[in-house]
Amino acid sequence: MARKKVVLTSPTAAGDKLDGPLLEVEDLRTHFLTPAGTVRAVDGVSFTLARGETLGIVGESGSGKTVLSRSIMGLLPSRNVVRQGAIRYQGHSISDYSQEQMRSVWGTEMGMIFQDPMTSLNPVMKIGNQITESLRYHLDMDKGEARDTAIALLTSVGIPEPAQRFGEYPHQLSGGMRQRVMIAVSLACGPRLLFADEPTTALDVTVQAQILDLLHQQQRERHMAIILVTHDLGVVAGRTDHIAVMYAGKVVEKAPTSVLFSEMRMPYTEALLNSIPRLEDSSHTRLKIIGGRPPDLINPPTGCNFSPRCPYAQPRCFTDEPPLRPADTAGHEFACWYPVGTPEGTKALEDNVAAGVPAAVLATGGEPALADQGASA
Amino acid sequence: MRYALGKLVQLVVVLVIVTFLTFMLINLLPGGPEAAILGFGADDESIAQLQEDLSLNDPIPIRYARWLGDAVTGDLGQSYVNGSTVSELLGARLPVTLALMTYAMFLALLVAVPFGIATAWKADTRFDKITGTVSFALLSVPNFIMATLLVYLFAINQDWFPATVKEGDENLYTLFLPALSLALGQIAVFLRLLRTDMIATLQEDYIGVAKAKGMTNRRILFRHAFRPSSFSLLTVAGITIGNLIGGTVIIEQIFGINGIGKLIVFSIFQRDYLVVQGVVVVIAAGFVIINFAVDLLYALLDPRIRHARAIA
Repeated sequence: MARKKVVLTSPTAAGDKLDGPLLEVEDLRTHFLTPAGTVRAVDGVSFTLARGETLGIVGESGSGKTVLSRSIMGLLPSRNVVRQGAIRYQGHSISDYSQEQMRSVWGTEMGMIFQDPMTSLNPVMKIGNQITESLRYHLDMDKGEARDTAIALLTSVGIPEPAQRFGEYPHQLSGGMRQRVMIAVSLACGPRLLFADEPTTALDVTVQAQILDLLHQQQRERHMAIILVTHDLGVVAGRTDHIAVMYAGKVVEKAPTSVLFSEMRMPYTEALLNSIPRLEDSSHTRLKIIGGRPPDLINPPTGCNFSPRCPYAQPRCFTDEPPLRPADTAGHEFACWYPVGTPEGTKALEDNVAAGVPAAVLATGGEPALADQGASA
Repeated sequence: MRYALGKLVQLVVVLVIVTFLTFMLINLLPGGPEAAILGFGADDESIAQLQEDLSLNDPIPIRYARWLGDAVTGDLGQSYVNGSTVSELLGARLPVTLALMTYAMFLALLVAVPFGIATAWKADTRFDKITGTVSFALLSVPNFIMATLLVYLFAINQDWFPATVKEGDENLYTLFLPALSLALGQIAVFLRLLRTDMIATLQEDYIGVAKAKGMTNRRILFRHAFRPSSFSLLTVAGITIGNLIGGTVIIEQIFGINGIGKLIVFSIFQRDYLVVQGVVVVIAAGFVIINFAVDLLYALLDPRIRHARAIA
């Protein structure tokens, strides 16, 4: 099959700090200027990512997680988009990079897998050429070398008959196969950081695990860091080192993965987890939805953004915005006045249930006693 | 195979319909070729004799059937006026017109494609708006006015190009003004069409992927976005060739070019029925063949169409 050993890592630029974190994001704000007003899609997000680690970014649709990843990568259009804050990649402040400078980062240092494999491959280009073009452009490979490398890549992402597939078009492959090709495309030049934006959402459930396993395997082989963006806590549970939960453009809780699941403090995280149906539940169990919908990002509510939907919400939550503060365990931060699993939180929930607050009643499994105001809008 | 056969049937049907309608129409016009052949003031006897010789008194459908029978064997008849065969006339005149049309098409695309891509890339900027306005201004000027203006500016005011094209002296230089007059009006259509499709394509995920791969803007525009955006342009360019044939009729008159446009106008005035028929056959066949070529080009541009056809 492959005649050559594939070079999978990009050459390290001089002056790179190999000991520091791979990526540092500090107070990143990405706002869209629209005729209706300023949409605060990402509103003050900070995190660091070490080499070879996986960070899961979790949130509902519209929580800003996709914008966050594209914003870090600098892929958003410049018109009507305001990006503030610092992004450092291997110590380089890439938030100050021009498009031209970013081109040396895209593909070779950072790669991205898009959500829908049906639309993310060019329909009129052969699969092979979609892989080789970046090899030839970034790594100066000649045609034969690029072809061999591409076929080796197709093999490594589990495409059967890679030499034949090389000359085929995307429409000749199934969705799962296309996503494998997409992974090969984005891994071609050996990026150290891969953004996977809902990489399995558009796929059959049976294929989802395969794709996630493939990503994990590639990550280990390449010592590559991954930012895995998803709305599904189940997807990130076993496959990430850290998780950041996003709500309305802000990180509301972040922690090492095991800590997050055992000591979650933010009611939104709890609600997300509860919304996953469980196999051990009896059939016809009512799905635990999160009532209401994500807030308007043009006019976010005062106080905590989640307060209108929160089962724990107290008067303070509607007026004061909780800052992200450290929890007992190192590396665990959350933004809540009445955290889950603390005496204040438990009391707040009990009070709300007693008072018949719809969100609280819904969350504790009862039927909403009052009109569904706000809870099932 | 079935596809090509279908196209062939279509060609035959179109040719029969078009030639029949033309035959009807030109014969229903008052007057006949007698005056052109015999000159004004010919006596009734020689006119009657001529009508007998040319079988002009037979019913139109019979004469059409007779013409069709000859045409199928490749004999398109003779000009009443100067005695050359229709095939000879077409052979002499068609290449000039084809050259003019191709030239015009080439000029139109040469301007429209880069500007279409550039305006899509810089959509809604001042550059885009100015380009749009200018191209629409060009579109709204009829090509014969454009031709007159170009002749005035570049042939009379400045002696850069010839105002008329002598027979046998048709080349890229002498045909430039005629071709440009035809092309300018098409530019706006091509440009806006390509711009719209490009803007849509540039929103596609695979363009984002190409960018995330670190491809240059130039490569993204030309290698990734242009091909999937060119289908409407191709369709309209094919149909436009039909319009260009109409355009050449006028432009050939203005520049004195001896192409089939000038030939058909002259022949209609002379009631030279068979020459008119011959030109119409060529134009109609050209139209069908070009659209067939456009269909083939779709398959070339889009592998999905290619495979769908292979399966069908």
